Amino acid sequence: MKFMLMFFDTAAQQAPDMGPDVGAAWMAYASAMGQAGVLVSGHGLQGRGSATTLRLRDGRRQVQDGPFADTKEQLGGYFVVEVASLDDALAWAARSPCAATGTVEVRPVLAM
Amino acid sequence: MSPGLSASASQAAATAARQSYGRLLAWLAYQWRDVAAAEDALASALEKALTTWPTQGVPETPDAWLLTVARRELLQAARRQRLHDSPQVQALLQDEPAQDEAPALPDSRLKLLFVCAHPAIDAAVRPALMLQVVLGLDAGQIAQAMLTSPAAMAQRLVRAKQKIRDAGLRFEEPGPDEWPERLHAVLEAIYAAYGLGWEAWQSPAGGGGIDDEGGDDARVQGLRGEALFLADLVCSLLPGNPDRAEAEGLVALMLHCEARSPARRGADGRFIPLAEQNTALWQQPLISQADSLLRSTAAWARPGPFQLEAAIQSAHNSRLFTGHTPWAGIVLLYEKLIHLAPSLGAEVAHAVACAQAGDAARAAALLAALDQPRLASYQPYWAALAHVRALNRQFDAAGQAQQRAIGLTSSAAVRLHMQQQLRRHLEGMAGPQQA
Repeated sequence: MKFMLMFFDTAAQQAPDMGPDVGAAWMAYASAMGQAGVLVSGHGLQGRGSATTLRLRDGRRQVQDGPFADTKEQLGGYFVVEVASLDDALAWAARSPCAATGTVEVRPVLAM
Repeated sequence: MSPGLSASASQAAATAARQSYGRLLAWLAYQWRDVAAAEDALASALEKALTTWPTQGVPETPDAWLLTVARRELLQAARRQRLHDSPQVQALLQDEPAQDEAPALPDSRLKLLFVCAHPAIDAAVRPALMLQVVLGLDAGQIAQAMLTSPAAMAQRLVRAKQKIRDAGLRFEEPGPDEWPERLHAVLEAIYAAYGLGWEAWQSPAGGGGIDDEGGDDARVQGLRGEALFLADLVCSLLPGNPDRAEAEGLVALMLHCEARSPARRGADGRFIPLAEQNTALWQQPLISQADSLLRSTAAWARPGPFQLEAAIQSAHNSRLFTGHTPWAGIVLLYEKLIHLAPSLGAEVAHAVACAQAGDAARAAALLAALDQPRLASYQPYWAALAHVRALNRQFDAAGQAQQRAIGLTSSAAVRLHMQQQLRRHLEGMAGPQQA
């Protein structure tokens, strides 16, 4: 089964100058997933300041600077993993550096 | 109604729930042969206690009161389901007259534990089942500890209870031939509850026991007391039975691990590996208690995996008294353990012990011989491999294994510790060039 692990963290944790340990931990995490053969795809995202949102309402475009929801924790990146069960997906979610500082949302990917 | 009465009544209800839950549920489930129905009945009895005791006062024998109300619930449910003539209903009706006295309730908890760890029940759900039916923990609490979703956990527990009912699993103690094996399943489930966090679940024998990679503290800590309670319970339910040796071995093992718990983290939350722990923080009374328990199990002359694991932790903890770790002895204990009960955790820990005993080449060979698909996500293996490679001065390869271990840990404190170690490996790599 494919699951998407979405990593929500505070701005401080997502900043590019978050320190060498955090960056290295993400590298190690991604590479452990790759070597275990569960990693399908994934990306980290640039900081919340870089977000732009768009809506079409009554045929009119509404384009705004900033993220969709102005919450403390923001989506910082995602991985799609291929594992046997939700429990396995949760095990991988718990290994992410984000688990201790933010929130990981785990959702099954729709079969296409 | 005075607030004092109300408070003491709620407290009495809470205490009765805590102390008697397993005993009452075991008896009801034993009579009714249906764990889920017994749970529902007991839950509604406890709920009634919480609403009526504060106004009407606490009954003289709270357990008997709860049992009577729960029985009435079960009978009402039976009436609704038209089960008048079933043997269960007859059994409940027969006992009815004794309701107002304190009943001499036979302790059926051992039977219940054996049912929970029955071979027909999936091993992965056994610890959860025990925690729920014997201690009354709810699915949400258990799901937290076992790192699964509350909904999935609830579903698994429901399915397990349906299986117990529908497959007609016997609520009896196993026959003499089955005893050791069935008891081991019970003890294994209890130890799994102690070491919850999946890494520890996969490696009950890993390295320094639970210390090495036990997942995050809050998660693990939550159930340690519960597991100790269950193991003590099993011991108390087996007076004079030689198979009790393994139950005592499990208690000794957990006490040895408990003894080190104050030393596992620095004041700043930093992870402190076993070798660097300040032994002054170890709890000597627990170590002594565990050691004397272990000595008394020897009298039964029934060696088993839990006694061996306890002996290994005892050897680690002997550092408190002697100032050094008897690694050569630990190697031998792991060899016996692997012979008796092979596990990936024990194999990895054995290799590490060899390395610590001075034979890094043998340690490397032992690790290289392991070939299991589980290694890909088994953190202790990669940590051990990094350590052994560094001892063999293969710093580059050690760094790679260390990276992998960092990526696989689910503890922020362990991650930070390993990153610092990695820097030391890299410095070690640079060292000879500078010299």
